[in-house]
Amino acid sequence: MNPNRDDDSWLARPSSIRLLWRIFWAVLALTVAAHLFIDVKGYFGVDEWYGFGAAFGFLSCLIMVIVAKGLGLLLKRNQDYYQEQDHD
Amino acid sequence: MIELLPPAFILLLGAVLIGPLRGHWRSAMVLGAPLLTLWAVWQVPDGVSLTLPFLGYNIEPLEGSALRRLFATIFALMAFVGGLYAFRQARWYELAAGYAYASGAIGVCFAGDLITLFLFWELMALFSTVIVWCGGTPAARAAGIRYAIMHLLGGVILKVGIEGVAVHTGSVDIQPMLATNFDFWMILIGILINAAAPPLSAWLADAYPESSPTGSVFLSAFTTKTAVLALILLFPGEPVLIWVGIYMIMYGIIYALLENDARRILAYSIVNQVGFMVCAIGIGTELALNGAAAHAFAHIVYKALLFMSAGVVVYRTGKSKCTDLGGLFRTMPLTTICGIIGALSISSFPLTSGFTTKTMISQAAADGGMTAVYFLLAAASAGVFLHAGIKFPWFVFFQKDSGLRPKDAPWNMGAAMVIFAAICLLIGIFPELLYQFLPYQTDYVAYKAGKVVFYLQLLLFSGLAFFLLLPMMKRTLTISLDVDWLWRVAARRVGTLLYNAAGVIGAALEQGALNQVRRLVTFSQRYLGVGKDGASRGTFASAWPIGTTSLWIAVLLSAYVLVYFI
Repeated sequence: MNPNRDDDSWLARPSSIRLLWRIFWAVLALTVAAHLFIDVKGYFGVDEWYGFGAAFGFLSCLIMVIVAKGLGLLLKRNQDYYQEQDHD
Repeated sequence: MIELLPPAFILLLGAVLIGPLRGHWRSAMVLGAPLLTLWAVWQVPDGVSLTLPFLGYNIEPLEGSALRRLFATIFALMAFVGGLYAFRQARWYELAAGYAYASGAIGVCFAGDLITLFLFWELMALFSTVIVWCGGTPAARAAGIRYAIMHLLGGVILKVGIEGVAVHTGSVDIQPMLATNFDFWMILIGILINAAAPPLSAWLADAYPESSPTGSVFLSAFTTKTAVLALILLFPGEPVLIWVGIYMIMYGIIYALLENDARRILAYSIVNQVGFMVCAIGIGTELALNGAAAHAFAHIVYKALLFMSAGVVVYRTGKSKCTDLGGLFRTMPLTTICGIIGALSISSFPLTSGFTTKTMISQAAADGGMTAVYFLLAAASAGVFLHAGIKFPWFVFFQKDSGLRPKDAPWNMGAAMVIFAAICLLIGIFPELLYQFLPYQTDYVAYKAGKVVFYLQLLLFSGLAFFLLLPMMKRTLTISLDVDWLWRVAARRVGTLLYNAAGVIGAALEQGALNQVRRLVTFSQRYLGVGKDGASRGTFASAWPIGTTSLWIAVLLSAYVLVYFI
């Protein structure tokens, strides 16, 4: 594993990954800024709030990942679980 | 006369002929039969065009409507592109089974009565099981058996409902009903088993990923979507479906987040996407039903596309676990791009097919004033981007460098992916192309500036959440337990327990009986037996001296004579 990987594909170089992150942040900022100029029609009041989509999207994902993680403690088994059960 | 031949039989005939034909003739049959079927689908007029007497009922094997033709169209198209994807790699019997399976789905589309529906329903169950078995591994054989048991059970439940309706109403027509009595409930449950609804969702993620790379493409399309069509035809506006759908949506997200196998992630996201459709059918307005139909159409295309890109990876590397994959974008650019287009479509990203169809369902929930449903659907849209939209392409094509440098897709697999990727974008950019074929007239406008901004915020910030939470989503070599644990493990444990208990009780009884016999033997030896030396004898076995005997006889005779004379 070459840590610099300058000979690797463009997408895998650390410099390009940093650039992609910057572009990503800029696009995120743009979508929230666009809300200033474009009227987002809400159906239930709260969904008209400034940046609601961004906050709602982020928080929903956060909750889902945490719930999945918690359920994982209960539900996750070794990948050979059923084969082992079969041989018991 | 060919107009009256149901399209399903054309494809079924094609499936039968694939086996005996050889070489280019077989390829021509594989590619030609679905196209001929597609043409025949569009010759089916509205209303019932064929009635036959069968067991005292009038059955209607060919009934057309805009909705039925829409589903039959996408099934025929799916058979064609699936055939193109598979015809140089799959074995002939897998192709034949795939086409027979597709013909069952098309047969369900045009079934005018419940008996016809049931027959084609079972045709699908039969040949989809064969496709699972074509995976060829011991795991595929076992999963196929579990799959078959589940679908035969579903078929029996459906049949019970159909018999009940036939006996109690005297009609086997397909018409809207509500789950109000036992018969209707049985039909609803029978259909929902095929839709992978809870609690019996596990069969889908159990069986599909065990099939071959080409088989899973066929499997992803037909069973669950015919169930969606059957629900639209039979149970539009059945309120229980709203919450069944929401459950399926959340189940799909959570299990896909926990999953390590790339094709199993896609399998869970089928349950998730079918959940959107089931929820829409529960809402039941014209817009919602349009949304369910349109979303089913778009879903078949992008889900098959996703399974195709995963299939190419499995075909080229033999691996499907996220922990083994990564960095494949270097040598598989076409597969990567097609996979990303499929992933963006399933996430309903603007300019892809998912956006123009899924937002109809959200709109229908908003129009119906269903606050909770609307926000859950919005959260689920974010979750779909999280579990399928980014997770699948990220872990398979990017993530770390796994060191694998496989070749890109063979030409026919590549062509199939390009066709479906193009359809994803086409419906996304020109949604009217699809809207004109929906069951109800619609003036729905997909692209409004405000809605696009809302969804971009929702999705891009989900993307941000994915990359920030990446440490929490490290893949592990695990599977996740599902309801099927109850019969795959718990039932077996109870069975083993009962078996062992029976063994213990049996042994105790046997021991008791043995002791009784021993006691009897000891007892009889004491009074009747002869010792080993021959000298010591039991009381009744000992030899008596002749004198003693004759004395006793004399005493007894005297006693007798005495008693006689008294």
